[in-house]
Amino acid sequence: MDVRIDNVRKEFDRFAALNDVSLDIRSGELIALLGPSGSGKTTLLRLIAGLDFPTSGAIYFGDEEASRKTVQERNIGFVFQHYALFRHMTVAENIGFGLKVRPSATRPPRSEIRRRASELLDLVQLSGLEGRYPSQLSGGQRQRVALARALAIEPRVLLLDEPFGALDAQVRRELRRWLREIHDSTGHTTVFVTHDQEEALELADRVVVMSQGGIEQVGTPDQIYDDPTSPFVYGFIGDSSELPVKVENGQVWLEDRAIGLDASGVSDGEALLYFRPHDIELLDGCGGCVAGTVAASRRVAGMRRVELEVGGSRHRVELELPTEQAAAEKSRIAFRPKRWKLFPIAGRSGAHLPRAA
Amino acid sequence: MASSATTLRMAGARNASAVRFRDPTSELPVAKWVLISIALVFLAMVLFLPLFAVFSEALRRGWQVAFTAISEPDAIAAVKLTLLIAAIAVPLNCIFGVAAAWAIAKFEFKGKTFLTTLIDLPFSVSPVIAGLVYILLFGTGSFLGPLLNSWGLQVLFAVPGVVLATIFVTFPFVARELIPLMQDQGTGDEEAAISLGASGWQAFWYVTLPNIKWGLLYGVLLCNARAMGEFGAVSVVSGRLRGETITMPLQVEILYNEYNFVAAFAVASLLALLALVTLVLKALLERVYGRDHAATARH
Repeated sequence: MDVRIDNVRKEFDRFAALNDVSLDIRSGELIALLGPSGSGKTTLLRLIAGLDFPTSGAIYFGDEEASRKTVQERNIGFVFQHYALFRHMTVAENIGFGLKVRPSATRPPRSEIRRRASELLDLVQLSGLEGRYPSQLSGGQRQRVALARALAIEPRVLLLDEPFGALDAQVRRELRRWLREIHDSTGHTTVFVTHDQEEALELADRVVVMSQGGIEQVGTPDQIYDDPTSPFVYGFIGDSSELPVKVENGQVWLEDRAIGLDASGVSDGEALLYFRPHDIELLDGCGGCVAGTVAASRRVAGMRRVELEVGGSRHRVELELPTEQAAAEKSRIAFRPKRWKLFPIAGRSGAHLPRAA
Repeated sequence: MASSATTLRMAGARNASAVRFRDPTSELPVAKWVLISIALVFLAMVLFLPLFAVFSEALRRGWQVAFTAISEPDAIAAVKLTLLIAAIAVPLNCIFGVAAAWAIAKFEFKGKTFLTTLIDLPFSVSPVIAGLVYILLFGTGSFLGPLLNSWGLQVLFAVPGVVLATIFVTFPFVARELIPLMQDQGTGDEEAAISLGASGWQAFWYVTLPNIKWGLLYGVLLCNARAMGEFGAVSVVSGRLRGETITMPLQVEILYNEYNFVAAFAVASLLALLALVTLVLKALLERVYGRDHAATARH
């Protein structure tokens, strides 16, 4: 089932939680909504589900307009962060609930409901726990039951709101792999919300990075990591270092020194240089490089993390160096980013404006 | 000798350190016992003694006299009326209370705070005033009273008035009990239910109601106790027609004013017994509720 979100806006008491968001989700895709808290990702998920209604804009399921339909009519499966299992029902009753409440014309007989429940329990690898109550399960087991319950109604779209947010790291990794397997075997169109970038990058076919009620970038995990299109995405996904620089005549300048990066095609003006702390080459001498004094150096597992004070303004950048690299405090290090990106600082120096004569 | 003295001193030192390092939240044994005794004496004076007095006074001339007093037609009529009022007021307030708590706990709307305050009104207003309000509403000088009268419905100084006054006074019990409980539970379970295709009514019946059942039962018990024991508001609107609008608390007062002490205390003991049964039920429920709650508390 394709899902198309068309210029959706959602306001809570005049505060816009979502600003005219558009997104195409392809059938069978596993897509992650990733962003910091308050970025609108959960709001978007609840709008798709029909638990909230957009202030303006439309949501399509396939060709049909779904945004004015109730949550019951949309036939979605929703998995909540805190499971929301019915605590007075057994695991089997929880899973069968969506079938039990159907109108009598479409309700399967009781034995069929029971059979479906144990089938789904097999799928989520919890066979034999039919008679347990939610309070007798671990967090990971509860979330599996919640997923089985959502799948029982054969939803057109599966929506998960921070499904692993309340679990500890190891269970989370395990469930992540397992969700991918379930997705591949059932083929549901799946949208999940997370603030954990590792989760999004590892699990999703495509990642939607959100910030302040808008979509920053949509792309495969590789695109998002290798080719961020905005400073926000560069800073939010993975580690990054930034340096305020100036672009002039196709060269990148740090204060009064060219640092040996080719910026032809970029208009002149002030800009921010972004690069990954590990994606650099160390240099001996310094004709066209960034040089600085080591301000702090920490050994973190298999690498050395160094804070470097650069230039007269002593701007700090972070680097990741191999552990065998000496990096005593106050010593000097020179480097050049291997892969990097420039984002003009709009408005401050008129980077995109024609220069006044 | 010397060595035993040392042992003693060491034991003393150990004791001293034991006292110094006792559980920081506990009191000295002396303080504990003083506090407990004060509480017990107070309870005895204020609760047990009066209760004992009621029963002993009722039985002063023996079981038979007491039994005759409560099997008099007027007394039986009073018992019947009290049970009838409870049977009407409690279910109605149960429905009102659940509806009000549902609205307040699960939805956002303007005037919510005002509604919450309004629900507390019967707690803060003297029952006598509540009764007087009904006199104003349905009395001969009012608009509603004569109108209803012309349709053949007598509200004041009749059973409907007594029932209305009781409903007013006992209104907050169920709602007050449920609002914090339902607010605490949030709307997650209901959202899960409707996302699985349940209608609003199904979500309430299969999910909300089981989640609140113990709290609801507890509220109903309190509501019932008050409905049976209400004096002030009922006394104002009842008109004291013997055998017709006299409830048990009113019957006690009437008998007492007639210096019929044994009969008064006999009816009073019956009322006290009803209250005791309610309390025992409540204690039992709290036990089950507590266990139930611990087992299914939110994760």
